[in-house]
Amino acid sequence: MKFWKTLIAGMSALALTAPAAIAEWQPRKPIDFVIMAGPGGGADQIARFIQSVAEKKDLTSRPLIPNNKGGGSGAEALILLNTTNDPDHTILVTLNSFFSTPIRQPELGVDIQTFTPIAMMGVDPFALWVHKNSGIETFEQWVDTVKAADGEYITGGTGSGQEDSIVFAYVNNAFGIESKYIPFDGGGAVAAALAGEQINATVNNPAEARGFFQAGDVRPLLVFSDEQMPAYPGVPTLKEKGHDFSYYNQRAVVGAPGMSEEAAEYYRALFTEIYNSEEWQNYLETESLSPLWMDADEQRAYWNVQVDNHTKLLEGME
Amino acid sequence: MRLGEIVTAGVLALLSIYLMYEASKNGVGYTVGKGPQGGFWPFWLGMGMLISTGFITLNWVRRVSPPSRSEEPVLDAFGIRTLILVGGGIIGFVALIDIVSMYGAVALFMLYYLKLLGRHSWTVTLPMVLVFPLALFFFFEGVMQITMPSGMSFTDPVYNVLYNIIY
Amino acid sequence: MEILSLLGDGMLVALQPLNLMLILIGVSLGLFIGAMPGLGSVNGVAILLPITFLVPPGSAIIFLAAIYYGAMYGGAISSITLGIPGASTAVATTFDGRPLAMKGMARLALVAAAVGSFVGGTVSNVLFSFLAPLLATVALSFGPPEIFALMLLAFATFVGLGGDDIPKTVFSICFGLVLATVGFDQISGAPRLILFDMTGFLGGISFLVLAIGVYGIGEMLWTIESTRGEITKSEADISVKGIIEDTGTSVKKGWKGMSIGSFLGFFVGILPAAGATPASLMSYAVTKMVSKNPEQFGQGHVGGVAAPEAGNNSASTGSMLPMLTLGIPGSPTTAILLGGMVIWGLTPGPRLFVEQSDFVWGLIGSFYISNFFALLVNLTFIPLFIWMLRMPFTILAPLIFVLSIVGGYAAMQDMFDIWLLLAFGFGAFFLRKFDYPLAPAVLAIVLGPIAEPTLRQSLLLSSGDPSIFFTRPIAAPIMLVAIILLLLPALKFLRRGKSSRAA
Repeated sequence: MKFWKTLIAGMSALALTAPAAIAEWQPRKPIDFVIMAGPGGGADQIARFIQSVAEKKDLTSRPLIPNNKGGGSGAEALILLNTTNDPDHTILVTLNSFFSTPIRQPELGVDIQTFTPIAMMGVDPFALWVHKNSGIETFEQWVDTVKAADGEYITGGTGSGQEDSIVFAYVNNAFGIESKYIPFDGGGAVAAALAGEQINATVNNPAEARGFFQAGDVRPLLVFSDEQMPAYPGVPTLKEKGHDFSYYNQRAVVGAPGMSEEAAEYYRALFTEIYNSEEWQNYLETESLSPLWMDADEQRAYWNVQVDNHTKLLEGME
Repeated sequence: MRLGEIVTAGVLALLSIYLMYEASKNGVGYTVGKGPQGGFWPFWLGMGMLISTGFITLNWVRRVSPPSRSEEPVLDAFGIRTLILVGGGIIGFVALIDIVSMYGAVALFMLYYLKLLGRHSWTVTLPMVLVFPLALFFFFEGVMQITMPSGMSFTDPVYNVLYNIIY
Repeated sequence: MEILSLLGDGMLVALQPLNLMLILIGVSLGLFIGAMPGLGSVNGVAILLPITFLVPPGSAIIFLAAIYYGAMYGGAISSITLGIPGASTAVATTFDGRPLAMKGMARLALVAAAVGSFVGGTVSNVLFSFLAPLLATVALSFGPPEIFALMLLAFATFVGLGGDDIPKTVFSICFGLVLATVGFDQISGAPRLILFDMTGFLGGISFLVLAIGVYGIGEMLWTIESTRGEITKSEADISVKGIIEDTGTSVKKGWKGMSIGSFLGFFVGILPAAGATPASLMSYAVTKMVSKNPEQFGQGHVGGVAAPEAGNNSASTGSMLPMLTLGIPGSPTTAILLGGMVIWGLTPGPRLFVEQSDFVWGLIGSFYISNFFALLVNLTFIPLFIWMLRMPFTILAPLIFVLSIVGGYAAMQDMFDIWLLLAFGFGAFFLRKFDYPLAPAVLAIVLGPIAEPTLRQSLLLSSGDPSIFFTRPIAAPIMLVAIILLLLPALKFLRRGKSSRAA
């Protein structure tokens, strides 16, 4: 009997809320919260963190359901959003492969400018790491070591053409050095490979390397942010070394192409609330993310700049 | 069975060649200093498949494997009937998902299988047809928070009510 | 001694009334999630992670551990009763679990799986408690060449599992490995083997699509067809006395498999990237090798159920080690737990055992308690699963088909994969008719994505020189054992060929 009571209650509730639904858009079913990376990486952690904040504060009438689609440097996720038949209930947590994957794979037919900007939750800086046993203390020493190894120096990171390899390619070009690059399955595996001295250097995000950094196993030599990072006092930036280059991984949420303006406004309000929450602000600080709040128009402009940057960077890698 | 065995081996050999062709697009060589290219691993494994079908053919000629000795038909009348009724039913079930939603398709498939194939009474069939999809709905959508296809838009009123119950 | 007192505290916390209730709920829920084809501990942990913010962090960990254990036990249930391995870790359990169920001894198989899981879980908990920090350093010394050598060893152990027709077994292994390469090439990032230019293949072919297709559709069609639709339903009786008797039988007949699985599983499980599937497989193969009657394996040997279950349970506990100490998730489930830890403000890494000892020992303590209650709850529910098997086949069969499709969709969230699953199912039906063993393909699709990238990473490390596998101190011995094992069946085959020609 309870079931029918609930059913009837549900129906009358529906009848009552129907006019309100016209006034303000609300999700009608669970929101497909697509993640452009496999489980465990930085983007995945952020998605689950956002989900739990939304859950804890009861911000949505329908839950956000994380859905990992990391295949092909995020191509899988981009295709899913591009072809979804329910754009109002499909949103994506992105990283920089949002820009680089469509450039590298034009055959996917993905135009990111058709996507709907929602929120820029922050940007994740990069740092150059070596193992403490390497004896390398400064960036200059590192450059000399790599030069001396004559192409046999081993670096590692995430997949070829992804963020880590772009950073290494830039450094190699800028300082006229050469090294081997071993692609791994994700940031965690890269950090462990360095800690186990399987490889000599990485450009992990601070969050990925934090455990080993605290244990003193690995050491940052250089950061790729605009200014020195409070987490690593005294570690120089690449800009200080005379190259005007900074690189961040974007942690942004975007909506599927063709999302209605009402739905987009709903999600923007939702993520603004999450962004301003104490939990998220603490997360930004502990994970050494930089805040970079932008409204929808600014995001589109940022996308354009990033597409240009990545086109140049990827050309430089060839 | 004897004919079937060699036809199967032939089809699998063609499949191997197709997979090798697809793999060859990624380069099957071994770059000095860098190791194998992207297509190396699938190409040579595809070659392994092809060689295996060669040995299967050899065994067929020598009549070593049981199917290559058997003169029974691959599918007798009963087998063909089963494949069409049961297999066809499953295909129909999957085809219906995008039209009448996952749970609607489950209900129709249960009705088809229990009533037409199983010849069960209505007292067994009807509760299964109604209760089982609803139980699946509450398990997947309610407890597990996994959304299933909700079919074409005419199912929306039903789902709006159901979603309001679980959330 | 400090370890013991920390561990004791952890267990006492888990035994408080609220936490005990969470354990019972978690284990029961996990059991059903694990028993559903397509769903596994990853789903259970993922949906409950947000809920854990509503209870104190201590209870949250306990709840998650309970779900984790429940789902691990549950995996064997669908392998035995439905014949569909719901997770790759449970594939080896079907080898003997299914034959036992077909013979009407489903109860014995379920009990053996539960007891095996319990023993595996307990042994690895003890090893974990006392050796964890030490083993973390061992795990770090496993780079790509070592992992590849280990994968080769896993392949070597299952070449012998395929049956008598060696070309068909080899075909099946190669086929599974090729299917595993569909999608994107992890090393170069380029799309690969996008068959017929269908974009659905960009996401790759999941183990679950192949496994559910082969077992849930193909094997079921074959059963209906080959038994002329007159399948005898299982007549296993349901009695408490029977379950107690079966427990004795499982221990008596399966102790060897359980001990092999427990230790082997743990050591394979702690290696980053290896995981519980090769662990269960190697446990099965080694138990078969050392058994006095290897020919009974595959026909319904209790040891053949107990060994892989002990192995996968032990490995799943072991796989917590790289997660906690290195921050590398060994499985999707531990990946989600890792996310949870970040949210709770804990940093996985070498310092975790020192700085967050409350959390670590609380977690391990709740493993012990959850493992024990998972055994009890599992044994309590066995009659329910047996009762399911006693349904007329014309009701059970459509239920299995529906669970296959719905479970497959739940896991993949893509209709393309469901059509692919059907295609594999019909293909498997015909291959089954011609005696092609399909288990090797199903296992190869799990191990391939570990073996290929590690092979290529190794060769990148060595600038293309394959001697890297034979010059590193850990990789070399594993490689040698693997090669010897691979050559054994070939030698046997040659010798048998000669003798049969002579005769």
